[in-house]
Amino acid sequence: MKSLKSPSDLEKLRKDILAKKDPKRLAIAACVSTGCQALGAQKVLEAFDEEIKKQGLEGKVEIKETGCLGFCEKGPRIVIYPEEIYYFQVKASDVPEIVSKTLISNEIVERLLYTDPVTGKKARYLSEVPFYKYQNRLLLESNRKLDPKKIENYLAIGGYAALAKALFQMTPEDVMKEVKDSNLRGRGGGGFPTYRKWESTRNALGEPKYVIVNCDEGDPGAFMNRALMEGNPHSILEGLIIGAYAIGSHEGFIYVRQEYPLAVENMETAIKQAEELGLLGEDILGSGFDFKVKIHRGAGAFVSGESSALMTAIEGKVGEPRPKYVHTSEKGVWDKPSTLNNVETWANIPLIINNGAEWFASIGTAASKGTKIFALAGKVNNTGLVEVPFGVSLRDIIYKIGGGIRNGKKFKGVQTGGPSGGVIPKQHLDSPVDFDELTKLGSMMGSGGMIVMDEDTCMVELARYFVNFLCDESCGKCTPCREGLKQANKILNGIVSGKGTEEDIKKLEKIAEVTSVASLCALGKTSANPLLTTLRYFSDEYEAHIKEKRCPALACKELISYYIDPEKCKACMICHRNCPADAIIGEKMKIHVIDQSKCTKCGTCYDMCPPRFRAVKKVSGEPVPPPIPEEERLIKRAKKEKRD
Amino acid sequence: MYEDRIDKIIDKYETEKGILIQLLLDIQHEFSWVPKEAIKRISERLKIPCSQIFRVASFYTALSLKPIGRHLVRVCVGTACYVRGAPRILDSVENKLGIKSGETTSDGKFSLETVNCLGCCALGPVIEIDRKYFGKLNSAKLEKILSSCN
Repeated sequence: MKSLKSPSDLEKLRKDILAKKDPKRLAIAACVSTGCQALGAQKVLEAFDEEIKKQGLEGKVEIKETGCLGFCEKGPRIVIYPEEIYYFQVKASDVPEIVSKTLISNEIVERLLYTDPVTGKKARYLSEVPFYKYQNRLLLESNRKLDPKKIENYLAIGGYAALAKALFQMTPEDVMKEVKDSNLRGRGGGGFPTYRKWESTRNALGEPKYVIVNCDEGDPGAFMNRALMEGNPHSILEGLIIGAYAIGSHEGFIYVRQEYPLAVENMETAIKQAEELGLLGEDILGSGFDFKVKIHRGAGAFVSGESSALMTAIEGKVGEPRPKYVHTSEKGVWDKPSTLNNVETWANIPLIINNGAEWFASIGTAASKGTKIFALAGKVNNTGLVEVPFGVSLRDIIYKIGGGIRNGKKFKGVQTGGPSGGVIPKQHLDSPVDFDELTKLGSMMGSGGMIVMDEDTCMVELARYFVNFLCDESCGKCTPCREGLKQANKILNGIVSGKGTEEDIKKLEKIAEVTSVASLCALGKTSANPLLTTLRYFSDEYEAHIKEKRCPALACKELISYYIDPEKCKACMICHRNCPADAIIGEKMKIHVIDQSKCTKCGTCYDMCPPRFRAVKKVSGEPVPPPIPEEERLIKRAKKEKRD
Repeated sequence: MYEDRIDKIIDKYETEKGILIQLLLDIQHEFSWVPKEAIKRISERLKIPCSQIFRVASFYTALSLKPIGRHLVRVCVGTACYVRGAPRILDSVENKLGIKSGETTSDGKFSLETVNCLGCCALGPVIEIDRKYFGKLNSAKLEKILSSCN
């Protein structure tokens, strides 16, 4: 394709691409994002390749690779065009049937459609699937229409029209005003108004100015940035170029964690294609505006997601934060004014320019506008990416979209905001989700991770997990974070192993206070949130651990014991064979008994015991029942007796 | 024997500013670790003190200063995987391979690491072996996957 020299060149190319599209053409689109890949999407694609040849359809069916559609739980997912039939949990062995039935005879393979677990109804269209029905997918919607490696696909859905509009019909000031009026707030965690960051860099002295995409996504449990960058890299790039134009920057960086190789690859391809078409580089679309961008891979450090640390990392140094008396928007990369926004923030920009600030500001709550993508994970039925307008309640997200808690268990809490956030309990399930509401509850929005926990998750252990995580990830530069977290970790380790004392809670609260006030960067300042929210909402669990040496969730290894219920054991030998510690005494026809002195409490027997027996039990805070005497262990089965 | 390969990687970046981390990541990708020779060579050619390179290499988790085994097993212990039983998976891998996280088996076949998040949170627990992801794991699946590594 040749370089575009004007907006009309762009529109002409778009028309050409659309004219070549045959809406009736048979096509298979498969999600090849990391999630579906982990479930075997590649094998499904290979099977299609082979089967299409075998059944004589070569050249008649287009195979498209698209980005993440969000419903990872039910992957691998494919769509058959032109009918738009969605098949979920497709295996390579299903492929011959799909080809012969759906592609050749235009029949639906019913069993691969989504089945509503409540009504048992099959969903013929995507809009009938509850997971999608209640979402408003402004950002994620395009993922299903695009092959992220093809810029033509992005152009076909109106891509880069916002860039042309900004460059030719708007001054940088107009763009600034639009972003200001839209009330867009940063999607990376803090919810800082995007406009203010931009303005600060725009007005700061010093050249060059930098614009940066933050795709560090270090929050464990969040993967919306990965899905956007893997699935629709051009939307981020377009937003970035528009931002650069408004701010007066000619150089940008895209910071991507190296744990996301596919995101890096797709973004590299996107940059190359945009450069070839003259949408990036010198004299973009003949406007006279120049902008170039480079990818910087992050080498794995949670703290490097913090703005000043990320910028130091871009300079090739150890990514540690610095005090921010002077904001990075004024002195950032190499001490030059730098604006850093999250992937999702940048991806919103083209939407705002195309549809106007008024439209954007009409979505969401009074102070949080637009939609937000959440990564719904943990003990919920439908895990995946959920995009909803701000203001939707936690209950709607977890129950209506997420389909409730797995295996009929009870909801205990939902953790939002990653290690900087907190756990929100049942009584606040009806709270609307926006930046300020979550902060009020002691948690935060963070980048949108939402991990649901049921009765089997121990809240003290969860607090220990986060504090331990942060302890590992603390860069060690400031004392409150480095030493405070270490001490808190020690105390929590004591509590979960039954060595807690009543002073521990007070000590933890004191440490939390100091780290939140005196730490250098946001990692330390927010590090107490998981601890404080669990102390606030689940103090009974702390007390049970400390006073009764009991773990109510039956999760803390040191406080639980396993035993086999002699009434239920069928002497099937499964636990006996699988016990890594050889702690199970038993043989065929003899009820098994756990030797408590050898048991390492790994839980293998608990997992392995067939669900129809459920003979392995857990207890905490009480002794295990004594084993039944040797002579009573023999099982007499009715059938055998008859034969005798 | 490393020199040519190291030089080739340095050639790609030599004139650019702030590329140390990118360079080290490429070295890591090429050799699966960062050998001493690479640090020396980078220091010579880019005029960066060895100590500074070592500091960067030891700070980031993606860079390894020890050689790793033929297969790199990374167990995700991110929150989503964690609540869905990642500690149990880690225990089983440690038991099966007879090593702890951060170690390599004596025959050099496996190295084991934990990782904070692989971004496949909807499919937890997840592990990654040699850059391939495996989701919705349980002990039986794990056994099959590990024994398929030669």
